[in-house]
Amino acid sequence: MIEIQHIAFSYGDHAILHDVSFTAQAGECVGILGNNGAGKSTFITCLNRIRIPAAGEIWVDGKSVQSMSRRELAQTIAYVAQANEMSQATVFDCVLLGRKPYLKWGVSPKDLELCAAMIRKVGLEKLQLRNLDELSGGELQKVMLARALVQQPKVLLLDEPTSSLDPRNQYEMLALVRQIAKEQGITVLIVLHDLNLALRYCDRFYFLKDGTGYRYGGEETVDAQTIESVYGIPAQVMRVENRKFVMIG
Amino acid sequence: MEHLSSPPTSQAYRHYIAGKWYVLLAMLLVTLAAALASLMAGSSGLPLTQVIGALLGLGDPQSLTIVWNVRMPRVATAIVVGIALSMCGCIMQNVLRNPLASASTLGVSQGASFGAAVSIICLGAGSQINSGSGSAAALTITQPYLVTLCAFLGGMITTVVILALSRLRGMTPSTMVLAGVAISAAFSGGTTLVQYFADDVMVATVVYWTFGSLGRAGWSEIALIGLLCLLAFLFFFFHRWNYNALESGIHTAKSLGVPVEVLVPSSLVVCALISSVSVAFVGCINFIGLIACHMMRRLVGNDVRFLLPCTALCGAALLLVSDIICRTLVPPTVLPIGALTSFLGAPLFLYLIIRGGRTA
Repeated sequence: MIEIQHIAFSYGDHAILHDVSFTAQAGECVGILGNNGAGKSTFITCLNRIRIPAAGEIWVDGKSVQSMSRRELAQTIAYVAQANEMSQATVFDCVLLGRKPYLKWGVSPKDLELCAAMIRKVGLEKLQLRNLDELSGGELQKVMLARALVQQPKVLLLDEPTSSLDPRNQYEMLALVRQIAKEQGITVLIVLHDLNLALRYCDRFYFLKDGTGYRYGGEETVDAQTIESVYGIPAQVMRVENRKFVMIG
Repeated sequence: MEHLSSPPTSQAYRHYIAGKWYVLLAMLLVTLAAALASLMAGSSGLPLTQVIGALLGLGDPQSLTIVWNVRMPRVATAIVVGIALSMCGCIMQNVLRNPLASASTLGVSQGASFGAAVSIICLGAGSQINSGSGSAAALTITQPYLVTLCAFLGGMITTVVILALSRLRGMTPSTMVLAGVAISAAFSGGTTLVQYFADDVMVATVVYWTFGSLGRAGWSEIALIGLLCLLAFLFFFFHRWNYNALESGIHTAKSLGVPVEVLVPSSLVVCALISSVSVAFVGCINFIGLIACHMMRRLVGNDVRFLLPCTALCGAALLLVSDIICRTLVPPTVLPIGALTSFLGAPLFLYLIIRGGRTA
């Protein structure tokens, strides 16, 4: 479980986030939603102290993130960046990097086995010795997800994990994230732009507007009035075969 | 994660890693072979049996003198300086996220060279002696620690500027190198100015010194560079997983627990130290750091666990081979090694700029 209380962040005098607070339970997927520039990416990078918030507290399973060492924090919260830098590392090398917070001197057989199992789980077994720069966007995102998951985190932060993927890979990726979150009781915070993807794969929704929380809750929070207010565009929300859909315009 | 059973996938990775160990072993053998070849090469050529005999303390006094007093210091200098410069290239490319980075391309060597020139000319840390050839004066460092300190300060000034520039938005690898050209030009101007006020002989000796030579370092200098190289290697190797994480970008590295704000400047300071000390004792030897790292990256990838030791050995081997060429191409003249490494490195450097990619 993650509890976020009154997070604030600014670049110099320019306030990006102010008073962002919510709580998410273990195994829940929370969609972080809002316009470009609303502070979504800044917000999730404040949670694992990639950026240091100016104010606020973050608690994971009752322990303050501020009190954790770098190693402990990396064992608690994993992060997948929006843009991943390509390197000449292989898929296995990249996933093995996720075990870094646990490594002391060398790599143990347990580390190797965990990585191998996770590579199988995301379906990249045949590509395990392929260089990252030879992978498609969808395959690369799965590698990054596997790397984050071998950190054995309690909280997983995903910054627009589907932004460069085709529809099929978008759905496959988020289905995989949701499945693993449920299986392993990981709280997942996902920055998303596609409201229909969010509705399909997230349990709760946090709308950010101009750096502050606008609305937080279950499926009922995704309504035409909220969308119009947050995104500044008209929208229709309808239900088809007991599933909610958003139509913009 | 208890449900995840042990799969056969990790076995394939173990085989893959074994391949990297073979490359490392091969590089060790290549370096040893180059060292032996270097001991054999020279105006009075010694066969392998005589060299091995001399190494074991056997043989005639003449071959013992040639091997231990003339050629071995040169070989040892090539090894430690090659290791120092190539490790610098490897780590600078990693922490600056720049495949064109090395001590010479970013101006660290030129800064160190300026510092050393100031200490020799202005602070009297070196004196000229007759080289024996009758035509040129050679330089001997009388106060190695002062030269080292001044070279380090010169290298550090460049490092601080590079670090500041690397934090600016929009700095690409190529513009960083252009900044290095500007820094180098400033230091070259400074060196020229210092030389302007020196007497003719001193200017000649400093110019000769800037050609780069493996023949002027004595055992105490070799020991100093060697010790610093060892400490630097231990520092870099201790952080090998941090460097590997940095390959994925700064945010990902931070999320994996890498203290990026401390690691990047401290790594650059260590790089500045070992490259500056090398420059102080052997002059500017360009491109070794750039070439060695790119050659090894082709064979072992970006994994710093293997890239760092392989690059270090490759740098040593390259410098040994370059030195053999310099000594045997136009005997008995010994060509300046800095010129040769520049000839070898410039085409690769141009290729990398034209290609403009992140990796070679």
